[in-house]
Amino acid sequence: MSTAETLLCEADRRRGVMEQPKNLEAYVGFANLPNQVYRKSVKRGFEFTLMVVGESGLGKSTLINSLFLTDLYSPEYPGPSHRIKQTVQVEQSKVLIKEGGVHLLLTIVDTPGFGDAVDNSDCWESVTKYIDGKFEDFLNAESRVNRRQMPDNRVHCCLYFIAPSGHGLKPLDTQFMKQLHEKVNIIPLIAKADTLTPEECLQFKRQIMKEIQENEIKIYDFPETDDEEEMKFVKKIKDRLPLAVVGSNTVIEVDGKRVRGRKYPWGVAEVENSEHCDFLILRNMLIRTHMQDLKDVTNNVHYENFRSQKLADVTCNGGDNKNKGALTKSPLEQMEEERQEHMARIKKMEREMENVFEMKVKEKLQKLRDSETELQKRHDQMSRSIEAQYKQLEEKRRQIEEEKASWEAQQRLLEQQKMETLRSQDKNKKKKIF
Amino acid sequence: MAATDVDVFSNEEKRNLSLGGHVGFDSLPDQLVSKSVTQGFCFNILCVGETGIGKSTLMNTLFNTMFENEEASHYQNGVYLRPRTYDLQESSVHLKLTIVDTVGFGDQINKDESYKPIVDYIDTQFENYLQEELKIKRSLFNYHDTRIHICLYFIAPTGHSLKSLDLVTMKKLDSKVNIIPIIAKADTISKSELHKFKIKIMSELVSNGVQIYQFPTDDETVSEINSSMNAHLPFAVVGSVEEVKVGNKTVRARQYPWGVVQVENESHCDFVKLREMLIRVNMEDLREQTHARHYELYRRCKLEEMGFKDTDPDSQPISLQETYEAKRKEFLGDLQRKEEEMRQMFVNKVKETEAELKEKERELHDKFEHLKRTHQEEKRKVEEKRRELEEELNAFNRRKMAAETQSLSQPLKKDKDKKN
Repeated sequence: MSTAETLLCEADRRRGVMEQPKNLEAYVGFANLPNQVYRKSVKRGFEFTLMVVGESGLGKSTLINSLFLTDLYSPEYPGPSHRIKQTVQVEQSKVLIKEGGVHLLLTIVDTPGFGDAVDNSDCWESVTKYIDGKFEDFLNAESRVNRRQMPDNRVHCCLYFIAPSGHGLKPLDTQFMKQLHEKVNIIPLIAKADTLTPEECLQFKRQIMKEIQENEIKIYDFPETDDEEEMKFVKKIKDRLPLAVVGSNTVIEVDGKRVRGRKYPWGVAEVENSEHCDFLILRNMLIRTHMQDLKDVTNNVHYENFRSQKLADVTCNGGDNKNKGALTKSPLEQMEEERQEHMARIKKMEREMENVFEMKVKEKLQKLRDSETELQKRHDQMSRSIEAQYKQLEEKRRQIEEEKASWEAQQRLLEQQKMETLRSQDKNKKKKIF
Repeated sequence: MAATDVDVFSNEEKRNLSLGGHVGFDSLPDQLVSKSVTQGFCFNILCVGETGIGKSTLMNTLFNTMFENEEASHYQNGVYLRPRTYDLQESSVHLKLTIVDTVGFGDQINKDESYKPIVDYIDTQFENYLQEELKIKRSLFNYHDTRIHICLYFIAPTGHSLKSLDLVTMKKLDSKVNIIPIIAKADTISKSELHKFKIKIMSELVSNGVQIYQFPTDDETVSEINSSMNAHLPFAVVGSVEEVKVGNKTVRARQYPWGVVQVENESHCDFVKLREMLIRVNMEDLREQTHARHYELYRRCKLEEMGFKDTDPDSQPISLQETYEAKRKEFLGDLQRKEEEMRQMFVNKVKETEAELKEKERELHDKFEHLKRTHQEEKRKVEEKRRELEEELNAFNRRKMAAETQSLSQPLKKDKDKKN
């Protein structure tokens, strides 16, 4: 092991490291971490799910067998073209292969019946359903309370076989890729490339890439690396997309060498000759260099898209997408937020209703008060008038009494006078008699 | 073994096939490794131990660098945790190292609550990860993982046994984090005392049911070294960043009048064993255990607390969608109920107030009626009095009349008399 480097490398600066990496004066040992990771990954084993889609007779099974140098498809386990169904089915087969101590559980998913019917509308539906189904399984497994080792059955890569017409993509091709490019890594391949001459092939490739761009189809893109060499290598691959492949199950002897190829009267088309076809590039890319990246893109991009869509639907009831942008919370947090909003709304409504109510009550009370004051006024008025009347009566009574008294006094006087006159008269009368 | 993972779906047919040549997927581990190297690694160490027991010195010695550290005082009010993150690099491997120090541990008079801040810190890191994991739009692959991968518990070199604070703290931590107990300042214990001390400590841990981290022995490549190291626990370590010349070499050591304690000398202390186990052999396993065991336990408890279940009352497995939908239904129902309640309360209030107002109205009306009657009564009385008065007046007038007629007839009588 070499001693620690003491220079900051460009990669660090670009990665925006906050503190300067400490210069370690002697060997600590965590440079051994990658080995530990290596060891553990070998122990765990690997999984990969590869989907092959294309019309029957395009050489899919042969290519798979050639890629993995094994009889995945055999007379006992026939390829999709030999299992034509009435409707498009999605079927999978699992094989366990070992190499150099590394165990790989390979799942091959194929679609017998794809594109073979007279009416092929919606033939990609069973494929999308399958892929979504696997995403959903993973989502459920990931979201369980008791999680266990989660098998990764998600489709990591889809090899799409294009018929070597030499002209361009067929409508079915574009439709399929458009339906699936956001769910799975699509690698388009030109099948049976040994029917095209190099010039025809180049033309065909250009045409296909043009149509792919026009239709805004996102095929699998290679990751950026800081390594210059790697980038050159990647660029070479990109220039040869889509890869034109030839597959073969037979081994033929050419110039004393045993190679896989197709024997024609005019020569042998060798599978592993990069001047004959792009098979080697495909194999290197798919298996030797980018297999892990395909899995990572599936996990970090396609699966996450599915998941956030699914959870957003569940949270916002699929209806209102107004705060789709603010989806940085968990569904429960989202619900909590909604609850708070709702409570605030209710409170506001409550306050408004109370205000209105209060106003009405005030009005009513005011009216009552006014009535009462009115009543009081009238009562006072009435009292006053009655009092006035009483006073009047009193006055009158007094008057009457006065009159009465004076009259009575007068009468008494008259009486007295009368009495006196009578007495005097009597006296006179008595005198007369004499 | 891959077979165990594969057994999970053993209901599906798996064929074992042999390859007719070199396919090339044996590079898969390399692809994985190069990806992780590009991403960088992160590792979080928690050091628990009394003030002055040598935590910072040991970290400096382990990682061969001087991390900035002020010495802590003994007069902290409580225990608090101080995390520091450093970016280290060693031959193209980048490590984001976080060292969390427990400041003030063991200094208080009452140490009842000493373990709490530690447990809270560990739980908070789990919680942060869980929250990120539950988000709708999340980015786990570039999330800075702050979960504690290893807790180094520093035991004071008394030579007798564990302190009760040690037992209590480790018991609280053993289900949350990987613990490796180490005997600090081991240069104060002699070899024979050390041997007895180690046995005593291990037996106390066992009898108290404290689960410390066991170096894994299931991988053939490292099982041997791991199982032999398991027997040397707890590691007795000495830390030093000072260099002393011994012979013709300069080594890290502590110089005493009676000799030089060399840190990297295996017969002097277990420092090399600790470094080997912690960093060079089992770092990745520590990260894995934290994620697969401790974090899962935390997550499970938290989700159960929140009311999530894996099966519905009929023991049928529920999918995530169903769980969320059920929760959402409950949630909406709850909101609706609250709204209803509020409305109901309001309606009642209105009714009450209406009743009150009606009552008031009625009272007013009654008052009004009462007053009306009173007025009428008064009026009547007045009228009566008036009539009385009228009567009197009439009577008086009649008398007057009568008197006048009488006086008129009287003079006639007088004339009559006169004539006679």
